[in-house]
Amino acid sequence: MSSGCEVIVVGGGLAGLMATIVACENNLRVKLFTLLPAKRSHSVCAQGGINASVNTKGEGDSPEIHFYETVYGGDFLANQPPVKAMCENAPNIVYLLDRMGVMFNRTPEGFLDFRRFGGTQYHRTAFAGATTGQQILYALDEQVRRFESSGLVKKYTGWEFLRAVIDDDNICRGIVAGNIHTQEIEYFKADAVVIATGGLGMIFGKSTNSVICTGSAQSILYKQGVKYANGEFIQVHPTAIAGGDKLRLISESVRGEGGRIWTYKDGKPWYFLEEKYPKYGNLVPRDIASREIFNVCVNMGLGIDGKNQVYLDVTHIDRQTLEYKLGGVLEIYEKFMGEDPYTKPMKVFPAVHYTMGGLWVDYNQMTNIPGLFAAGECEYQYHGANRLGANSLLSCIHGGMVVGKKIPEYLKGLDKSCADIGENLFEREKKSVLSKFERYKSLKGKENPYHLHKELGELMTENVTVIRYNDKLKMTIEKIKELKERFNKIDILDNSDFGNQTLFYVNQLANMLDLALVITKGALLRNESRGSHYKPEFPQRDDENFLKTTIAIYDEKNDEPVISYEEVDTSLIKPVTRKYD
Amino acid sequence: MKIRVIVERRMSPVSTPYINEFDLDVEESANVISVLMEIRRNPVTVSGEKVAPVSFECSCLEEVCGACTMNINGKARQACSALVKDLGSKIYLSPLRKFPVLRDLIVDRKRIFEGLRRVKAWIPIDGTHGLGPGPKVSEKTQRIGYKLSRCMSCGVCMEACPQVNDRSNFIGPAVIAQVLLFNLHPTGAMIKEDRLEALMDEGGISECGNAQNCVKACPKQVPLTFSIAKLNRDTLFYSIKRLLDS
Ligand SMILES: Cc1cc2nc3c(=O)[nH]c(=O)nc-3n(C[C@H](O)[C@H](O)[C@H](O)COP(=O)(O)OP(=O)(O)OC[C@H]3O[C@@H](n4cnc5c(N)ncnc54)[C@H](O)[C@@H]3O)c2cc1C
Ligand code: SF4
Ligand code: FES
Repeated sequence: MSSGCEVIVVGGGLAGLMATIVACENNLRVKLFTLLPAKRSHSVCAQGGINASVNTKGEGDSPEIHFYETVYGGDFLANQPPVKAMCENAPNIVYLLDRMGVMFNRTPEGFLDFRRFGGTQYHRTAFAGATTGQQILYALDEQVRRFESSGLVKKYTGWEFLRAVIDDDNICRGIVAGNIHTQEIEYFKADAVVIATGGLGMIFGKSTNSVICTGSAQSILYKQGVKYANGEFIQVHPTAIAGGDKLRLISESVRGEGGRIWTYKDGKPWYFLEEKYPKYGNLVPRDIASREIFNVCVNMGLGIDGKNQVYLDVTHIDRQTLEYKLGGVLEIYEKFMGEDPYTKPMKVFPAVHYTMGGLWVDYNQMTNIPGLFAAGECEYQYHGANRLGANSLLSCIHGGMVVGKKIPEYLKGLDKSCADIGENLFEREKKSVLSKFERYKSLKGKENPYHLHKELGELMTENVTVIRYNDKLKMTIEKIKELKERFNKIDILDNSDFGNQTLFYVNQLANMLDLALVITKGALLRNESRGSHYKPEFPQRDDENFLKTTIAIYDEKNDEPVISYEEVDTSLIKPVTRKYD
Repeated sequence: MKIRVIVERRMSPVSTPYINEFDLDVEESANVISVLMEIRRNPVTVSGEKVAPVSFECSCLEEVCGACTMNINGKARQACSALVKDLGSKIYLSPLRKFPVLRDLIVDRKRIFEGLRRVKAWIPIDGTHGLGPGPKVSEKTQRIGYKLSRCMSCGVCMEACPQVNDRSNFIGPAVIAQVLLFNLHPTGAMIKEDRLEALMDEGGISECGNAQNCVKACPKQVPLTFSIAKLNRDTLFYSIKRLLDS
């Protein structure tokens, strides 16, 4: 294959940066596209840690047990071989990060320290205070800066991905992107494109995610014919704090270090998780903890001060330990709630946190479009129906590594480089984006786009989170379609041609609406309860009908997803009932 | 809670700044970002004029990404953690002064990242292949390193520093502190001299006028003056050594 073309990586979180590093090690040139400087990516928010069965505590932990617990925790919906590979690679990854200088906490002898997280009995989570994601993101960002210095990486900061360029043979040849400041829209050629654009919390309006996590890129690709898998599996984290703009996470590591959940019953503290799940206690997986808290507050009306909130209590732990191990999280609580968590229990409630679903990829992280890869939270591969805490940073880095290694193999088999493709194709794709943006600019209706988004968020949070009912899901689909209609009547608000954020936001909103339909329709059609997806009308897991991956494909004629199902590879561990009591 | 928000705006890097004022009624718990979001939902000024929504940068909303940094009532800080109830009924917002303005409250902080590149703020690893654990690090070093590694490149320390101005190309306190972080690490120390040389270059550590504003302004309590003092010594020793060796 004649070279000269490059690799494009869209996204500078853990997944995108790791893919970039490994691609560079394979002597590929990378163009790195991000909305903000990579250092400000959402991965910076991760607090708790990253899993790896290194067994430094002599507990007998091993990658096999990690593998088993990840599959079990995910209610058997994940294809097992890639999960196994990830868990086996995990110790290497943590050692690598250690070599890169991540300031992980240490034992007195100077070894890496590990803490407990949900869904396991082992100390398996390496951590850097309570800002692990930040520390790891920075370490990877620094390595990428090193490659930038040596000329292998070119950064396109502030360039938003707007469309993939897919040729008539259905092969990906590049992307179209727009500069969010200058508003230029341009195409970029590449022989391989990696999508690492993270999560989609903004579809739910308020979540624990950063506000740039809109899922917009994933939605664009879905509409271009990329398969979207398991969209209905949305993780709701049990412990977040309320806010007008965001639901701020209080990390699971707080419970990992001994934090207890309770509320009052009959005037006395009631540790309901410890009572019902004596073995795992406060560290049951997130879907279970969220449902229990929801039940205690909403159904039993036992929330603290009559509101939807329970206590998360660390006041019994000494201040020094708390500061060293959890300082970063407790600081957030103190800053935004104005109360001292060292002496007063924190008030928390569940919040949308993570998407297990995402772009469908094969075991090489490639989507159904050759040349188009995906890694990180934007793809579906590793977590099945529920993700265990501290497994995401791991899957992002592992996925990024796999991509970086698989791209050279893909390029070897490619008979034509993007340099051999005529300009026509690229011009055509650029034009299609330009005309879409022209249409947005001409929108002069009465609807405020920011307001429309708020409505979408409330609708989704109300009906498509912890507890799901079919009639409400049907109603939600109708409502989303109404919002899509109203979208055509929005007011673009800003006519300027520099730094016009509304223009780009409106495009994201259109994409969020489409992905909301994928999530909701997937939820409606899955008549069972599994992992994060819970329907009181169908409280049992139904392996016969639904031990299957949901696949959404865009149907242009009806402007709607068509849902089908794919077998799950359970060749390594036989599915059993998932229990934590 | 009724507030008036006064925003210094600019439609592009070359256009003239102007002021827009907005009246709002917000919740007690609101912060400056949620206020700006509320303005987007109804971008009408006090005089009833409908204007383009104010452009601003933000991402994490929990003061870890550094994106939302701006001047709030004259003080550079993160807008997401600036609670309205602590700001009084008049809130004055303007972009950072030490960086080129792109639009409204958005500035270009590229020079921080360029600084990091200049001082080789990274650990020179051999590669990502499996090479076992990293060098052992003591709990004590970890504690110092961790403090330094929380720097989010927000630029507040540079905004506060009198030596960062139009006439100087001072690399700024944040980047200097990162040199200490990487020089502390056993592997990072292998290219320690390169970093010290970079600090001894034009715009390097000698530009520091010891005003000590940076350390007071930093939202993450990065030990900036400690780092600068330490590296002043290290560069001095290094230059003597270089002299003796030559
Ligand atoms: C508060 C919080 C705490 C968490 N704590 C943990 C934890 O302790 N352990 C754990 O394992 N997991 C944790 N998670 C989950 C984990 O942080 C994320 O799943 C993970 O960081 C996602 O990384 P990523 O690389 O996929 O994407 P991100 O870090 O979200 O990066 C996405 C990148 O894509 C870019 N981008 C997005 N769209 C576009 C576009 N259209 N064009 C160009 N660029 C684009 C962005 O600029 C960004 O650089 C936590 C999540 C939250 C919300
Ligand atoms: S040292 Fe502090 S003020 Fe300066 S950039 Fe870093 S976090 Fe911001
Ligand atoms: S939005 Fe990240 S620091 Fe304010």
